[in-house]
Amino acid sequence: MNAQIVFLLQLIITGIAVGGVYSLMALGFVLIYKASTVVNFGPGELVLFGAYVAWATTLNMKLPVVVALPLTLVVAILLGLVIERGVLRPLIGEPIISVIMVTFGFASVVRGVLNMSWGSDTRPFPALFSSEPFHLGPVPVSPVHLWSFVTVMLLLAAFSLFFKFSLVGTAMRATADNQQVAQSLGVSVKGVFALSWCIATVVSALGGIILGSVRGGVDFSLADYGLKVFPVVILGGLDSVPGAIVGGVLVGVLENLSGGYLDPILGGGVKEVAPFVVLVLILMIRPYGLFGKVDVERV
Amino acid sequence: MQCGDFRVTYAADERIFDTPTPIVALLAVLAVLALVPLVAGTYWLDVLNRIGIAIIGAIGLNILVGFTGQISIGHAAFLAVGAYTTAILEGKAGVPFWLAIPLAAAVTSVFGLFFGVPSLRLKGLYLAIATLAAHFITAYAIIHWERMTNGVLGFNVAPATLFGFPLDSDARIFYPIFALVIPAVFFAKNLFRTKVGRAFIAVRDRDVAAEVIGVSVYRYKLLAFVISSFYAGVAGGLMAHHSRIVFPDAFSLLVAIDYLAMIIIGGLGSILGSIFGAVFMTLLPEVLKLSATSLTGVYPNAFGLIASARDIVFGLAIIFFLMYEPQGLARIWLRFRSYWKLWPYAY
Repeated sequence: MNAQIVFLLQLIITGIAVGGVYSLMALGFVLIYKASTVVNFGPGELVLFGAYVAWATTLNMKLPVVVALPLTLVVAILLGLVIERGVLRPLIGEPIISVIMVTFGFASVVRGVLNMSWGSDTRPFPALFSSEPFHLGPVPVSPVHLWSFVTVMLLLAAFSLFFKFSLVGTAMRATADNQQVAQSLGVSVKGVFALSWCIATVVSALGGIILGSVRGGVDFSLADYGLKVFPVVILGGLDSVPGAIVGGVLVGVLENLSGGYLDPILGGGVKEVAPFVVLVLILMIRPYGLFGKVDVERV
Repeated sequence: MQCGDFRVTYAADERIFDTPTPIVALLAVLAVLALVPLVAGTYWLDVLNRIGIAIIGAIGLNILVGFTGQISIGHAAFLAVGAYTTAILEGKAGVPFWLAIPLAAAVTSVFGLFFGVPSLRLKGLYLAIATLAAHFITAYAIIHWERMTNGVLGFNVAPATLFGFPLDSDARIFYPIFALVIPAVFFAKNLFRTKVGRAFIAVRDRDVAAEVIGVSVYRYKLLAFVISSFYAGVAGGLMAHHSRIVFPDAFSLLVAIDYLAMIIIGGLGSILGSIFGAVFMTLLPEVLKLSATSLTGVYPNAFGLIASARDIVFGLAIIFFLMYEPQGLARIWLRFRSYWKLWPYAY
């Protein structure tokens, strides 16, 4: 097959794999927004937190993966509870600027605590999968990408089933739909807020672990991946779970394609900025994104 | 002594100084400031200079966010444009310092006008996300326009010359900085006694109502972006001359968050608050540094922890102020002042 087509396919496959992680992180973001209309401006720090705790439990404390992974997720849940109870609940009903700034505030605290505990050097991360590429047709695919994609899809499927069929998931959807009605039917709205933060920290931690093993190391630049959540959720629609999933994959593919084809022309770094250009364009044309609710207040 | 409000005219209501005491206090502060470079060491002059620059930048941001209600996470991009324009105008085009600063501020204003265009369709958190994206796009442009900006490395800025004096030390650049801080404060203070300033506040409080009473929301939103970025342009130009180097990392997203924190901690919608916030945020790392130095005896590693300690204290300060004093230091000052106004005869 033509080398150019192989190159294109390779870009798309890597894009889908990375995009899956974006979907995962965006899922947490969207859940928080749906439940409590809070926009989390510190998604990168949640990713960092998960990755660092996973690194500390597996490589630093030498725990087996079967213990380390659940332990990491429990710590992530605790972080979610602390953030929700300690920081965001007192600010329910405050102006948007306050809520935005408080998320910057706790992000800064998380970053500081991580830096203080483990320093900012790059930490090698356990390679969970072999790095020997195998061939999917003519296209070489690295197992890390494949497995991360499979893991993400399984997680997303599990969450979809959870929202669709479980009682708690139904309560979350009810709260997102109408808080007052949900409360009058006996749903603990505050409990849903807390739960949505816990899910967000857990999926971010999982995203951090996957990104860490894809990159083979953990350092503070992982936080930049968290910021990709913004293009994803604006593309998919701030309050849409399917939007987050589709948006994540689209943004992953888009940044890889723009990086692959425009970098030689524009001289590098296009990958980092292309999603944000798309973000601005979408905001100007269709601010509610692909699947969001069309009730963006126009000025 | 004043023991109540007896204002019977609008003019009295709009007065900046309602008693002679603040005028005296202000003059005293200015006199002390004028003498500081004669006695202070380089370290404290450097801190003071940074405070002065931060005051200009914070007032600019407060006009946009605190008074007009347009949330912008893109202030670092404005500062960057101001700094780079000043440095390039002086270094490559040979424009003198006194002309380069206003020119750079004008360029930054035009840039701010473009930055503000999304605000015509978006507000609240959508605008915040749009400005966040605009920040990254600007940073990309600065890093990759290598012919002008020398990429990630940045370039050195030669010390400016003003009336034949080279501004090559902290003591020398102190006067130009504060000579700009004073008009910046007074322009902002007076802005909110005019039609434009009141229109800004109307747009913030309820845009639909503002439009109904005849305030052109579009025009005033853009005007707020222009004024705000003009201030940032001046502050950026001074930054370039104070640190004598411009490079992209000096204008990262964290800088934008720092400035937002200044106006939150100082007080949204308060000029005095912007000053307090700028002082607080500039002194915070210095205080940490000093306390780390004194701790090295007990805990030799203390110095290495400053960066992370700063992040933690900074985050906690934001959270604390938002929860317990959302109107910031300006409000604390007001309470303090009204308590002492009637002392010792309060009630």
